[in-house]
Amino acid sequence: MSQYQVKAGPEAFLPPSAASMGIVLPDPGECHIEGRIAPEEEGYEFAARKFLGAKVPTIFPGPLVLWKWNENAAKKATAIRALANALPARLIPMADYRPKYPKIDAEVEINPNHPNLTIWHNKIDVCMFVGVHCHQANLALKIIRGGTNCFTIAMCAQAGHEDACMSFRDATPEKIMKLMDAVNKAKEQGVKSQAIPFKQFIMSRTGLVS
Amino acid sequence: MNKTVDRPKDRIIRSQHVKLGTKNKMGQTYTDINTMFFEVEREPSFMTGSEVIRQAVKVASVGTSVAYPITPQSEAAALIGELYAEGYLEEYFRGESEFAVMGQCAGAAFGGHRVFTTTAGPGTLRAMENFPMWAGSRLPIQVCVTMRGVNSPLSIQPDTLEAHYLLETGMLMWHAETAQDLYDFILKGFIVAEQPDVHIPIATMCDGFFVTHTKDTVMLPPDDLCLPPYDPYKSPVPCMDMECPPVRMMRDPFVMKSNYISYSTHASWQQEIRAAIERSRKHTIHLLDGLIDVHNIDREIIMVASGTAVSQSREAIRLLEEEGIKVGLVKIKTIRPFPHEEIKEATKRAKHIFVPEFNLAGWLAREIKAIVPNNERVIAGPHVAGGMTMPSEVIVEEIKKYLGIEVASSDRRN
Repeated sequence: MSQYQVKAGPEAFLPPSAASMGIVLPDPGECHIEGRIAPEEEGYEFAARKFLGAKVPTIFPGPLVLWKWNENAAKKATAIRALANALPARLIPMADYRPKYPKIDAEVEINPNHPNLTIWHNKIDVCMFVGVHCHQANLALKIIRGGTNCFTIAMCAQAGHEDACMSFRDATPEKIMKLMDAVNKAKEQGVKSQAIPFKQFIMSRTGLVS
Repeated sequence: MNKTVDRPKDRIIRSQHVKLGTKNKMGQTYTDINTMFFEVEREPSFMTGSEVIRQAVKVASVGTSVAYPITPQSEAAALIGELYAEGYLEEYFRGESEFAVMGQCAGAAFGGHRVFTTTAGPGTLRAMENFPMWAGSRLPIQVCVTMRGVNSPLSIQPDTLEAHYLLETGMLMWHAETAQDLYDFILKGFIVAEQPDVHIPIATMCDGFFVTHTKDTVMLPPDDLCLPPYDPYKSPVPCMDMECPPVRMMRDPFVMKSNYISYSTHASWQQEIRAAIERSRKHTIHLLDGLIDVHNIDREIIMVASGTAVSQSREAIRLLEEEGIKVGLVKIKTIRPFPHEEIKEATKRAKHIFVPEFNLAGWLAREIKAIVPNNERVIAGPHVAGGMTMPSEVIVEEIKKYLGIEVASSDRRN
């Protein structure tokens, strides 16, 4: 059994991929928490409390949920918005994967090739990837683990991400809503959001709407 | 691993492709791999390895195959052409060279097709630049490598040296011992390579001529069944279309910049490809019943081999048994991922580990030496190359000589 744990960094100049350290992805109905396989239900509560305890909780929606390329994408986007409102959490999009360094506006966008810039700039301490293609998500998650202290959560529509500090798999709009339910339940139990007050920014086709 | 990989009833998560259970234009029913391999009754057929490749491709729902002649894969490539003529493939054509073939395969895979090709020897080396490109682009193309000599003067005969060159390309590498292995590996290889958490190319390798041009009994499922189609929407990278051509990634700055962020991205990208190989373990263990097969590994002498060297080792073990020398066997099925934990466990009691190979480099022995404790136990050999056969008696002599047992002079030496 691997002793490796997928913890928030900063881990190393070039951290290993978690898979190379023996971390195996969860099977359907499971999630992983810091590399430990756990029932999915346990993951919802863990993620909800992790989010609520963060000062700058942030959701990074990727192209698979930013564009309405099918009806399910639209439902997922609606669920993500509801989750962001319930927490509350910032929404910072990963609109595509083209590197934007050095011109990236780290306040309002993230890029898989240099995600650490956005994490550092906004002082993000807990984040969730959703709707990002798996390869790009793994790149970003490992780079974040290497150079930042951000705890990463992956809400993956496929098999999950061992390079995230915790990961769900087979994500659907319903699963995102279950995470929102877990947030609301934790709040009912007295857990308060530690998020620093912020105003959700709005983007138009021409850029940031102040 | 953080979890024991057991073997559930369904060896791999069942396909949910919308076409499952429907028929293709050839009247074949799209069928889940669990059903095709573990539920449906198989019938014996007597055929060559090349014919086995044709038979596997016939039921693999392959979209595109690109061919270029090079012995000993030419026959298989031609037989796939027959399948195209019959209507089983959507695209089939001859490339201008092996390098072109692999580039054309990439184009078809970028476009969302399941892609199969074959190559051998110098063709593999000529095409080499494309293999890490396939892996880096996360293209689950399958190339069947019918291994032969790559040296000058020209040899078309069996030699497994080319596998050495493929080790770090980022491809999965499965090494078939028999025609049965080859059939199973081709079909199961598509399924593992196309898993969304894996999604990298796979080289299904066999020893040229020994497997491709000899007949063997192969158990086949009915050919009115076929694999579910490839689903490009499960790809870990965006599908190629006019909005997202692959060149867009290549022309953008991170490949051009000389700075830490650029290098870090490249390094992470390479790590991710190797991580994908690691992720394939779970699926492969389920589908192949483990990455290795073992026989009598409680013995002090163990042979570890892959490909047809396993078959020769089996016979050598039988001959040694007749003389009272007991030897165990480890058959390696996957070279990438390399079954390091399995081999360490299987050889932990062995005092001598022999690695017979059909090449002079001894790449398999090097791989094993790199992972087992007390690696002075590993004896690289015997080796043959350039098309030589490896008589079981040669393995027997090698082991007996090493053990200090007098080897009877054979007629040829007298």
